[in-house]
Amino acid sequence: MTAKCWDKLARNRAERLARAQTLVRGRLVAANDIVALFEALIEPGDRVCIEGNNQKQADFLARSLVKTDPAKLRDLHLVQSVLALPEHIDLIERGQVSRIDFSFSGPQAARLARLVEAKKITIGAIHTYLELFGRYFVDLTPRVALIAAHSADREGNLYTGPNTEDTPAIVEATAFKGGIVIAQVNEIVDKLPRVDIPADWVNYVVEAPTPNHIEPLFTRDPAQITEIQVLMGMIAIKGLYAEYGIKRLNHGIGFDTAAIELLLPTYAAELGLKGKICTHWALNPHPTLIPAIEAGFVESVHCFGSEVGMERYTAARPDIFFIGADGSMRSNRAFSQAAGHYACDLFIGSTLQIDLQANSSTATLDRIAGFGGAPNMGADARGRRHASPAWLRAGREGRGEIAMPRGQKLVVQIVETFREHMQPTFVERLDAWELATTASMELPPVMIYGEDLTHIITEEGIANLLLCRSPAEREQAIRGVAGYTPVGMARDTAMVENLRDRGIIRRAEDLGIRKCEATRDLLAARSIKELVLASEGLYDPPGQFRNW
Amino acid sequence: MNRRRVSYFEASARVRVHGLVDENSFVELCPAELRKTSPHLASLDAPLAFDDGVVVGRATLAGSAILIAAQEGRFNGGSVGEVHGAKIRGLLELALLTKPVAVLLLVDSGGVRLQEANAGLIAISEIMRAVLKGQSAGIPVFALIGGSCGAFGGMGIVARLCNEIVMSEQGRLGLSGPEVIETVKGVEEFDSRDRALVWRITGGKIRRTLGEATRLVDDLIPAFRDAATRLLARYVELPPVTLDDLQQAQHRLTERTGRFAEVSDGQQIWQQIFSESAGIAGLTVSDFNRLLGDQP
Amino acid sequence: MTRPDNSVIGRLNNMEKFTLSLQSQPQQRHCITLCGVVSSGNLEVLVEKTQHPDSCEFEISTSALGFRDIWQAVLKDFAARHAAGGLKFSINDAGATPAVVSLRLDQAVEICSREVT
Repeated sequence: MTAKCWDKLARNRAERLARAQTLVRGRLVAANDIVALFEALIEPGDRVCIEGNNQKQADFLARSLVKTDPAKLRDLHLVQSVLALPEHIDLIERGQVSRIDFSFSGPQAARLARLVEAKKITIGAIHTYLELFGRYFVDLTPRVALIAAHSADREGNLYTGPNTEDTPAIVEATAFKGGIVIAQVNEIVDKLPRVDIPADWVNYVVEAPTPNHIEPLFTRDPAQITEIQVLMGMIAIKGLYAEYGIKRLNHGIGFDTAAIELLLPTYAAELGLKGKICTHWALNPHPTLIPAIEAGFVESVHCFGSEVGMERYTAARPDIFFIGADGSMRSNRAFSQAAGHYACDLFIGSTLQIDLQANSSTATLDRIAGFGGAPNMGADARGRRHASPAWLRAGREGRGEIAMPRGQKLVVQIVETFREHMQPTFVERLDAWELATTASMELPPVMIYGEDLTHIITEEGIANLLLCRSPAEREQAIRGVAGYTPVGMARDTAMVENLRDRGIIRRAEDLGIRKCEATRDLLAARSIKELVLASEGLYDPPGQFRNW
Repeated sequence: MNRRRVSYFEASARVRVHGLVDENSFVELCPAELRKTSPHLASLDAPLAFDDGVVVGRATLAGSAILIAAQEGRFNGGSVGEVHGAKIRGLLELALLTKPVAVLLLVDSGGVRLQEANAGLIAISEIMRAVLKGQSAGIPVFALIGGSCGAFGGMGIVARLCNEIVMSEQGRLGLSGPEVIETVKGVEEFDSRDRALVWRITGGKIRRTLGEATRLVDDLIPAFRDAATRLLARYVELPPVTLDDLQQAQHRLTERTGRFAEVSDGQQIWQQIFSESAGIAGLTVSDFNRLLGDQP
Repeated sequence: MTRPDNSVIGRLNNMEKFTLSLQSQPQQRHCITLCGVVSSGNLEVLVEKTQHPDSCEFEISTSALGFRDIWQAVLKDFAARHAAGGLKFSINDAGATPAVVSLRLDQAVEICSREVT
């Protein structure tokens, strides 16, 4: 009887590293040798993570992977949060990747949908971030992780800095389960500002010929905020934030929530809400939050990632952001997602479609975009065991008088009744159903389930779904704020008026908001330039947002 | 509720006029309810505006009688059609009769309205002639430029005929617009999507540096009002233009053409003048004016 | 020259025009008011006085074709929401959403009932 082997993963890793021996010098690999290194290290059927974050991309490693021999590197299983680069999809087209598990495909959504339809790829599942990170530690552990860092020292320690994002979660899962970690860095230096990832979790480091690409995903130019968005922002602040006393929260990335951020130092301050709302955030460093921070509204912000141009500003506000001993910010998507889920009282974001059960989705027929983080933030945290006034009040409203006190998270969709080209936001049936059929998905891709949604804000007012006592009331509450969309026009007028009398629907006038006041002059900054001025010149916006 | 400072760039033509002149002093001529709309747009079945995109009237500024016209940049790019042009020309000709202290043109226009090209071109030439007539009758004309369309095409020429040009940083002044240049000469000649470059070439700061704009002000309606009021005080009497004035101006232009012959970016001009260029674009208006030695 | 904005320039028969008269509470205070600008996704509203204190009149010219039922619903709600009797609203629209139309009408009636001449 042969002795049982307990270290097959480690032995296999050692064999792979041995095959690479001639291509490396310690932990360092030359950029020219990276394709050969991949061919030596990666085996058919491997689970591979090409670090693709919301922002930071391991783009050089992705480009190099596309240059490998499809006969050698095949049947790969991609496990990564974002499929944002064309190369990610090229690998599928080249037949090197046969299965993917991911969270978000953003710019590649349309190409991915075509490949799925052509049966060139199998989607395991579209996850939320925390769910995918969770599976890294259960059944989707990467065999090879190709990651991106800002810099490395000669031992292989990494500095990921403000854009640390997903890196710790990926590396921890890979390095401690017999996997291989390869990092691309912008530069190799003698001394790092600080160590974000220790060298003995990293197998190889390569200096990329060009710095890794970072997308300014969270910059919203205040010049594009409309009066309607200002009005909805006023409704949110007065009818929701002030009512519930919401201090801990997360915002989506749309213009609607950017408007709220820019109304804090003006409208909310005039309502006497400074210190009473919006003090603690799980949020990327949105440039539109600068005026609120400068006005002293904000006490703390933990970030999923960074934002291009915000590095100097965050570093200069260490009381607000999470800053290392070196003076630069550190983000961490996994922790910030957990914070958004468990430690925030409110999530507010936008969507493309809402149905009559209040399910919402950003999926449309020809795009498989995925979710990212919204479902983690936009769901009641059923494991939560600490109280806050906002959470308790939502619980009382939603559960009625029950013996056991329990709170509920406020989950809010803020939408205009019509999107561009007069597309109604409110629909009888989500496009997600049809997408699920055409792409053979087991679940329609719903961003936020109706049972988690507590409020809908439109230019027509707020619908408080917590207070609805029957599915019929809920439906009329939704129709009641759906304006002149077909869904809205089909409302039962008497029932909607009854809901309004009971405060389930509240219109701007019910909240004492004068629509005449809803002008862009109420925004604390009306241009990127004014954001720069508010930051005392510390915010350095990328070129496409400048006119100076 | 505390009103925030009103951005000139963001305001409509009507809001600019009301914010600029003395309170309740504005009397609109040819107002919207007369519905003097464009017959050309109507025949094309395109949307009309009741004032054809320009507000004209009389008012007082710090107590002095003025005439004022304001183009609405958001209606068809502030473009000059037949009616639009006639309203401005009419206002300038009215000045010959009523003798205001000055005429203020709040320019926000890409130039002639394409849909009424011939009528618009004629209108521009009529406006130019009316400006010169007013000036020779001793009435100064000021251009104020700070809207989203800037002052381009024929309205760029009209602006340069004016005695003073007050600009904000956001304002732009030129002949052919960046998009037109790119279309005709290619993206290598002028990348109209490089916003920073567009402003370094046509924006308020570089125009003030070159002396084309005579004042650079913050993007606030009161800032434009203050500048216009101060300038007004200097024009108690407008001396007639002499041949000597024209020759001096010609000399200055020749000298400038020689000095900046090889320049392709406003930054190079700043480099030559201030031996420093990187920080200029980011300076606040007051710091920039201080650098230039301008009084507020 | 300014090139035409594609959303604003029209082909022939590209404008929908109609009038509507609706019951509304009489508005005592009024002045002639112009609110808004005709630009893509926006509209202007001209408010004038009429001789009929119990109804308000609308004259619509819009570049968005095929939304007459939505216009009627928006205007009906507006006439019920405000005392707009005795007023005529002339609208030049370049494809505004119902939200913008409602907001602009609310602003117009607020301005003209505030500024008494």
